[in-house]
Amino acid sequence: MRRFAEPLVGQRANPRPLLFRGARLVDPAADTDTPGDLLVVDGRIVAAGPGIAAPEGAEIIECAGAVLAPGLVDMQVHTGEPGLEHIETLASASMAAAAGGVTTMACLPTTNPVIDDPALVDFIQRRARDTAIVNVVPIAAATRALAGEDMTEIGLLRDAGAVAVSAGRRSIANAGLMRRLLTYTRNFGVLVMHEVEDRDLAGSGVMNESEAATRLGLAGIPSAAETVMLDRDLRLAALTRGRYHASQLSCADSVAAMRAAKAAGLAVTCGVSVANLTLNEYDIGAYRTFLKLRPPLRGEDDRTALVAALADGTIDVVVSNHDPQDVDTKRQPFAEASDGAIGLETLLAAALRLVHAGDIALPRLLAALSTRPAQLLGLPGGSLAEGAPADLVLFDPGAPWVVEASALSSRAKNTPFENARMQGRVLRTVVAGRSVYEYAVT
Amino acid sequence: MTSPAADFAPFPKTHLLGIGELSPLDIENLLDRANAWADRNALPDNKHAILRGRTQINLFFEASTRTQSSFEIAGKRLGADVMNMSVGSSSVKKGETLLDTAVTLNAMRPDLIVVRHHGSGAVELLARKVANCAVVNGGDGAHEHPTQALLDALTIRRHKGRIGGLKIAICGDIAHSRVARSNILALTALGAQVNVVGPPTLMPPAIDRMGVKVFHDMDAGIEGCDVVMMLRLQRERMSGAYVPSSREFFHYYGLDARRLERAAPDALVMHPGPMNRGVEIDSLVADGEQSVIRDQVEMGVAVRMAVLEALAGNLDAHKDNRKPGQ
Repeated sequence: MRRFAEPLVGQRANPRPLLFRGARLVDPAADTDTPGDLLVVDGRIVAAGPGIAAPEGAEIIECAGAVLAPGLVDMQVHTGEPGLEHIETLASASMAAAAGGVTTMACLPTTNPVIDDPALVDFIQRRARDTAIVNVVPIAAATRALAGEDMTEIGLLRDAGAVAVSAGRRSIANAGLMRRLLTYTRNFGVLVMHEVEDRDLAGSGVMNESEAATRLGLAGIPSAAETVMLDRDLRLAALTRGRYHASQLSCADSVAAMRAAKAAGLAVTCGVSVANLTLNEYDIGAYRTFLKLRPPLRGEDDRTALVAALADGTIDVVVSNHDPQDVDTKRQPFAEASDGAIGLETLLAAALRLVHAGDIALPRLLAALSTRPAQLLGLPGGSLAEGAPADLVLFDPGAPWVVEASALSSRAKNTPFENARMQGRVLRTVVAGRSVYEYAVT
Repeated sequence: MTSPAADFAPFPKTHLLGIGELSPLDIENLLDRANAWADRNALPDNKHAILRGRTQINLFFEASTRTQSSFEIAGKRLGADVMNMSVGSSSVKKGETLLDTAVTLNAMRPDLIVVRHHGSGAVELLARKVANCAVVNGGDGAHEHPTQALLDALTIRRHKGRIGGLKIAICGDIAHSRVARSNILALTALGAQVNVVGPPTLMPPAIDRMGVKVFHDMDAGIEGCDVVMMLRLQRERMSGAYVPSSREFFHYYGLDARRLERAAPDALVMHPGPMNRGVEIDSLVADGEQSVIRDQVEMGVAVRMAVLEALAGNLDAHKDNRKPGQ
């Protein structure tokens, strides 16, 4: 049985103290994994460790050894609000987030209108406050209308509450503009998030350029389309010393470029989507458009390189790249179908596949899902330390379940994990000390 | 009528191409001469005969109102025959090269040429190709605008009594500004501490190597300064290429009364004009008690008289050679 909280309109409630008893406390910020209790008062963590006494009136949650960790911070979420509310609203996305253990979603500016004005940043924050059940932070557009031509008012957008700027779904082709953008944002300490794909090299490609594409008769996107753009950006980051973040890497060559840049001391970071970490081009099977993604699913060698890069810290964050799409645009011949898949609700469960496979330790994975993205966006979450906000996820890492698209909370149902077997189930999601999602076996 | 600047040492240059080629003594020499002219200009009867018989051509490849008219008044007060050539509307548009123009000019036998050109180094190129006349740089590209720096220095000196030891902030579009470069050269040569303030996109690389401190935070950059010098931001640079909007620029780099409080209580507010009110400077500040913007214009005439006179003083020997029997 699943139960969601109602949105809190206006002031945050001041709930009773909350004591998690008998949990497996995994704090990726401290790299610890120990049994213990955790006490929340007034929306903040006040104590974590063994044998914490319950204050009077506290709500006690018996965890029975389930993992208690900082709530996930997903820095790559597309919604349809404003403009495409029939596909996804901030409210419906926030329910999917809560069901997936995501306590903060950073929403991309790829809406209609594009979030390129301080008043629109304010709009997102107000709508989120009134309708969403998890934290919502806006990412503003780096260029006006995401046209890749003129810079937005990055200082004023930051002051209005934007946590980063993004160029949207397409790379900025003009290297001179990218240079000035990295230079200008440096002044405000604003993170520039960039999708890396050279438009001309990608051409009309619709999936990874490979034997699989040839056999399917589909035009390919070479991995060089990504690495060429990444190489350019890394040189510009070195020139400008701006805060650069490659939003999603998908191939081994890009990983190598990023590893070299970090070794050279550049302050650059990168992310990877959980789909690229857990699926490969052969999962597309017989033209399954729900696996038509951007960046595309690559070969197995690329996937394993991404997993290794996540384990060694070359890749900083794991994102859902939640990208709700209408059935109309997905139920099309593969080449004509839209790109993108939803992912908030399956983010943690899918990522846990890497832990179960022995590829990565749980604290390292959770760091990439909470601590590190919080740091990059300048948010206080991602930690179980005393005083940290009580944004938490309680999950049973071993519980098996099967993904049913119709049962997902997102308004759009385009999941690449339809009918997939998962191991790891979110039991409770807590935002600022309030349970916004609970799951109980009936 | 004799020149009030007649007693000063000869100026040791043929042309005035930039502050960069002047020693601190040369700069002081010109400032002393200009100071004398500024005092003299306050008196009645401003027609002098010092440049009588001299021809001055103002050759402006770039539109200018105040610099061109300032040079024109300066030349006319000294008695020169002044001709304005606005080349933007003439033969250059028809494809004539800069050097063709120089040849044409030589045939007209001018004594003084004031040149403004959009290309950095263009004035120096022209100076190498003209014969027996003095060239004054009226602004070349983003390189130098020496008379502007001299008039700024004179304005500061007359208000503060000195330049050495002052803390001076130059704010705004440093990257594209010849005014900024000439002022940095002049003010640091005279012993001032210069801060440059602006967003990183409007800050040229390695500007700190010119002996200035770089600030991207305006409040920190003007903290305790004796002079706050604002620069003009061209409109085409504030629509997303270098700066997102004039609104954002004013928010972070505009000089308003609140921000001016960070500077010294008696700080001077300067602007080379023309001003974008509400973009780089608030009207209350531009027209306020600390503003010396009007004085700058007045000092401009005195500085240009001093420069024209000083350069003309070196011409006589050439002239006698060139026009025997005249």
